[in-house]
Amino acid sequence: MIPLSWYLILAALLFCIGLFGVLARKNSVAVLMSVELMLNAVNINLLAFWRYLYLTSTAYNGFVFVVVLFAVAAAETAVGLAIIISAYRSRKTVAAEDFTALQG
Amino acid sequence: MTGSFPAAMLLKSLPEISLVILAGLVLLLSLVWKKRPPQALTWITIAGLMLCLLLALLFALPVKGPYLIWGGLLKIDVLSFLFRMIFLTGAALTVLISVERQPSQGQGEYLALLITSVFGMCLMAASADILMLYLAIEITAMPLFILAAFQFRQKKSAEAGLKYFLYGAMTSTVMVFGFSLLFGISGQTGYSAIAAALEPDRLPVSLTAGIFMLVLVGFLFKVSAAPFHFWAPDVYEGAPTPIAGFLSTASKAAGFAALLRILQEVFRASPELRFGLLAAAAVASMLIGNFLALRQKNLKRLLAYSSIAQAGYILVGAAVGTPLGASGAIYYLIAYLVTNLAAFGAVAVVSSNTGSDQIAAFSGLNRRNAALALVLGAALLSLGGVPVFAGFFGKFLVFASAVQAGAVWLAVIGVLNAVVGLYYYLNLLKVMYLDPVPEGSGPLTVVFPWKAALLVCAAGILVLGFIYRPWYHWADLAAQMLLLH
Repeated sequence: MIPLSWYLILAALLFCIGLFGVLARKNSVAVLMSVELMLNAVNINLLAFWRYLYLTSTAYNGFVFVVVLFAVAAAETAVGLAIIISAYRSRKTVAAEDFTALQG
Repeated sequence: MTGSFPAAMLLKSLPEISLVILAGLVLLLSLVWKKRPPQALTWITIAGLMLCLLLALLFALPVKGPYLIWGGLLKIDVLSFLFRMIFLTGAALTVLISVERQPSQGQGEYLALLITSVFGMCLMAASADILMLYLAIEITAMPLFILAAFQFRQKKSAEAGLKYFLYGAMTSTVMVFGFSLLFGISGQTGYSAIAAALEPDRLPVSLTAGIFMLVLVGFLFKVSAAPFHFWAPDVYEGAPTPIAGFLSTASKAAGFAALLRILQEVFRASPELRFGLLAAAAVASMLIGNFLALRQKNLKRLLAYSSIAQAGYILVGAAVGTPLGASGAIYYLIAYLVTNLAAFGAVAVVSSNTGSDQIAAFSGLNRRNAALALVLGAALLSLGGVPVFAGFFGKFLVFASAVQAGAVWLAVIGVLNAVVGLYYYLNLLKVMYLDPVPEGSGPLTVVFPWKAALLVCAAGILVLGFIYRPWYHWADLAAQMLLLH
């Protein structure tokens, strides 16, 4: 069986790739996708911990945590895309560097 | 100790349940009641929020000793009770300030989103479980993302919403990564079980420090403290003014309520870590907030930087972590609620009359509307921590707690920063009272809801400054109960 640490390393890598994307990408939609990548890293972490260390016939808490995270991620994407579209309508761009009405 | 009788649990969470019903009701009324009077929904919302406050006083008074409900998800104690009062009052004042002379489109959605976010805040202050906390933070944040972008036809508001959303989504995800590690080391999501697994003999300190930093990212964003403060000035400037006021008071208070609880109940085994990281964040916030506020031309931006600095002062109390520190932080948040809402309310009045929120628009304010200048002046002096105004006791208590805990250097840095802060607040007073009235500006009209909100805030600033014993008693009780395990 694949050891637990492999999953944790995968999750950590995925998290770092997502974080890099958030910090480096200019396109708002790409930033949103990177955030989703980070959330998936969290899900892998939770499921791996739950399956390897804490799975009993009564403890479903890790599983429930992941289901709740799914719902939150979906809502977050919906809200995020709506905001990005409204920003696009006023500015005709989604590149973060073009949003310069507010600075100082 | 878990509550076993569901009816009792339902009664304890009656204020939250009625908030959800109120949000649905307001949304429904805005759809079906087409010929309503322009301010009807506003008054219904305020009546509903006051009803929730009354229900909390009648049925959800904190009992002796902490009391967990819903299988350990929520904790009913003085802290959650007190902060529920803060959020409901703050929301009611924000609704009053939000009244425009012309009823704008989407009023129903605006109010329903605001109520939903208050619902999330009440859960944040009460949650005793990391899953519940994450959910509560998201319930609070998502309506606020939309509200910040609510005037989406204006470039600035859409941009503010986008920046707030991208920052918020990123930091909350970093925090939930920390939560997944907390679950990994304990297999539980309840605070007390996690705290037991975090004992130093069970987990190396370096690992605890790593997890603590990940979790702290989300909280520092929420309270707009350095180094996660970059969003605040842009979002406050671009968002609708009442929402900026709400973000800087109730949302910040919710962040601090959850932070105080998680510090005392989860990370209680590592006080050095807490003090080191939070004191560093506090010093950075105070310096960045105060020194960048000095060169601002826009009053909303200035208030944003001042709010970063205020987060720094409150973090001093949280970093110290003694009963005095915690009660000082809570007292500060109560005082800050009325003070900053008064300031943002005054900005809303002036900017809706003149169409500008630059500092220049405020020159000679006392000759255009003396009462408004008086309220804004009191709010600025209270922000600066001048005695007899509410803000003074808040600052006094957090700095006293630092001295009491032996961190005199932290109190000294705080006091020096408060002096820098006083400079730009007094400079604004000079603009309002001594500078000439700009050409072609008439007297300002103030509609009744604005008058009511500003009057309540001004009364709060004075009452909290003159009579501080009962408020301090409550803050102290909340802090004592928080530190009691």
